[in-house]
Amino acid sequence: MTVEEIRGDRDNYDNFPVGLRVLAVDDDPICLKVLDTLLRKCQYHVTTTSEARIALKMLRENKDRFDLVISDVQMPDMDGFKLLELVGLEMDLPVIMLSAHDDSKLVMKGVTHGACDYLVKPVRIEELKNIWQHVIRRKKPSQTKSNDQGKASGEANGSPTSGNGDQNGKFNRKRKDEGYESDDNGNDSEDPGTQKKPRVVWSIELHRKFVGAVNQLGIEKAVPKRILDMMNVEGLTRENVASHLQKYRLYLKRINSAASQQANMAAALGIKDSFMRMGSLDGLGDYRTLSGAGRLANAALSPYTSGVMLGRLNSPANISHLRNLTPPSLIQPNHTQNLKMHPVLSPTGQNPSLFQGIQSSLELDDLGPAIGSSSNLLNGIPNNPLMSGGGGFGNQSSHNMAASFNTEPQNANVIGSSNSLLFTEPFHGNNCSNGPYIQNNSIEFSSSANVVLGPLEDSNAHSMNMNQTNNQRWGENRQNFVHGSNNNFGSLNSHIPANDILSPLNRSLDQNGGIFNNQKMDMFVNGRSGGCASTLLQQNDNEKLGTEPRTRSNENFMLEQPKLQGGFVPQSYDSLDDLVSAMIKREQDVATPNCDFGFDDYSFGQGV
Amino acid sequence: MQKQLAKMKQSLFDQGYLDEQFIQLEELQDDANPNFVEEVVTLYYRDSVRLVQNIEQALEKNPLDFAKLDSYMHQFKGSSSSFGAKKVKTECTQFRDHCRAGNADGCKRTFQELKKEYATLKKKLEVYFQFARQAGPVEKACRPK
Repeated sequence: MTVEEIRGDRDNYDNFPVGLRVLAVDDDPICLKVLDTLLRKCQYHVTTTSEARIALKMLRENKDRFDLVISDVQMPDMDGFKLLELVGLEMDLPVIMLSAHDDSKLVMKGVTHGACDYLVKPVRIEELKNIWQHVIRRKKPSQTKSNDQGKASGEANGSPTSGNGDQNGKFNRKRKDEGYESDDNGNDSEDPGTQKKPRVVWSIELHRKFVGAVNQLGIEKAVPKRILDMMNVEGLTRENVASHLQKYRLYLKRINSAASQQANMAAALGIKDSFMRMGSLDGLGDYRTLSGAGRLANAALSPYTSGVMLGRLNSPANISHLRNLTPPSLIQPNHTQNLKMHPVLSPTGQNPSLFQGIQSSLELDDLGPAIGSSSNLLNGIPNNPLMSGGGGFGNQSSHNMAASFNTEPQNANVIGSSNSLLFTEPFHGNNCSNGPYIQNNSIEFSSSANVVLGPLEDSNAHSMNMNQTNNQRWGENRQNFVHGSNNNFGSLNSHIPANDILSPLNRSLDQNGGIFNNQKMDMFVNGRSGGCASTLLQQNDNEKLGTEPRTRSNENFMLEQPKLQGGFVPQSYDSLDDLVSAMIKREQDVATPNCDFGFDDYSFGQGV
Repeated sequence: MQKQLAKMKQSLFDQGYLDEQFIQLEELQDDANPNFVEEVVTLYYRDSVRLVQNIEQALEKNPLDFAKLDSYMHQFKGSSSSFGAKKVKTECTQFRDHCRAGNADGCKRTFQELKKEYATLKKKLEVYFQFARQAGPVEKACRPK
């Protein structure tokens, strides 16, 4: 990497590390003071605050004000990981976690949430002297990308580089998601998929190859390089595979823990309320909460927590939504009924869409036919995003996925896109035709959540996320796929008064691969909320009309969440979802082995 | 004076009251920031009083809320280690272990120990800083051997 180039960006040409603008957040005044002094000794520009909210406010006011954020893990007003997610999603800044404890679990959590580093207190000056490298890493990709295509720097993607995106094009890059996210910040961008970076679209075939390679190598030995060699696909880079693998792993984890999560989710549902509250955080918070909620609230909820998350998405307003959602999301297909609850969810408007999507997803399971309950589903959308996204996002984020989902702008895309009529349209078309991929959504929705997010972004940004997350749910993929698409749709639906649309969607969903069919939907719904998308859509439509605005918000949240996830490649999810969907379509059998991705997190009912 | 100071510091280190971090902080002291370490320590003792009180109150509850205690201790440990309070930090770690194990008695016992160390260190540092001020701006990099 050319430091010179990097330096060029900075005021300080000659001494790059000097003048690095750091924002330090720690509730402990002593640590903060010490940190401040240490950083100044390194000749950085330091801003300190003991409150995460203030930090966020500062960051939001001016995204270019800081180069790096250092945050304590444990803070009273906001969980450090949550802040981490938010920053990663919204601003795409490198975040370093700081903690007095060095539990590997916490470190892992930091990693999954996208922290670039984890320092243990007391911090030594030597460690601080090197933190600038993280800033360079992020920026570098744009430069290096052009130079080294094959650079295995995920970070490269990190930088909001459309260029990178272009390079990687279709590949989901983890960082890209971040960058993508930051670009799009899907939450509120109404532009349908304007910002989307070209991602690697993990088509079903591609994904199959991938999974095949992984299985052949054995999950332990499956390293990106080998997988790449095995797949023997032209144009696919190791990074693409790496990020995809990461998502996949998360998916698997989720699937495994889905069972427990489901239980949690049920619990979570109860918690929904709490989540909903969490949502109040800033929407983001909500989002976070959702993801977090899943985690936080239900710990187990993770994927399902998305339901909770949904709540979050809705942000306090939506909280009501979330409630609805959460249950549904959390509750796997069974809960779909819960989805029905969602109607409430839509409060935030945005959320509603999200929820709706989610809800629908959820409901899809049970509802399948009950799309009418769409209201639930629709609400579910938020949920869905959560679920899938939320669940996927939220939940996922909660654990692994969380990172991926949340961070994934994809979700946002999904959501965003979904809102945009894109969904509806694709939905119709897609739904029916989509069997395999909701992607057909045309919106991009299916294409890996990312896509979905794009178009949806506006409204469905959340949905997108959801979808994405949904996509992530490999297992659910099938359903998710549907969900994903659905989610998107869901989101879209929300926007789209397409009640009618929903129905067709539902049908299409069913058609698609049966996945959509309620069963699948269930699966998706559960996992994906996205899957529910179809349901969601329906619901959304129904609900959407009213709730749309809310769903949006949810979506936004969701989007945010994905981001939070720590930059997990939400995008990846998209692809995952898409893939899943595709796969699902391909194989009517729900339980595609691949689908064993951790989508289970949704545990909706994935059936995965 | 200086020698005495150095000796004092050395003994603090030898006895395990302070660790490397303290030195690091001292190194941060310069003309612009001559009493940095003292400021930090003062701030610490002021701020942690509240924390100690909270913990004590929490320890009186029944049953104990381990999660909360753990979180208090997290903060306590963080600040203690920031300036190198070694023994206090060790007690914090122990306390946390007890919390994790759900050992209420262990927690209470450890906390008593912790308070003792905390108070002892405070006194010693007070003396130390008094000396330091009298001795005037001193060699920073006076590392205990």
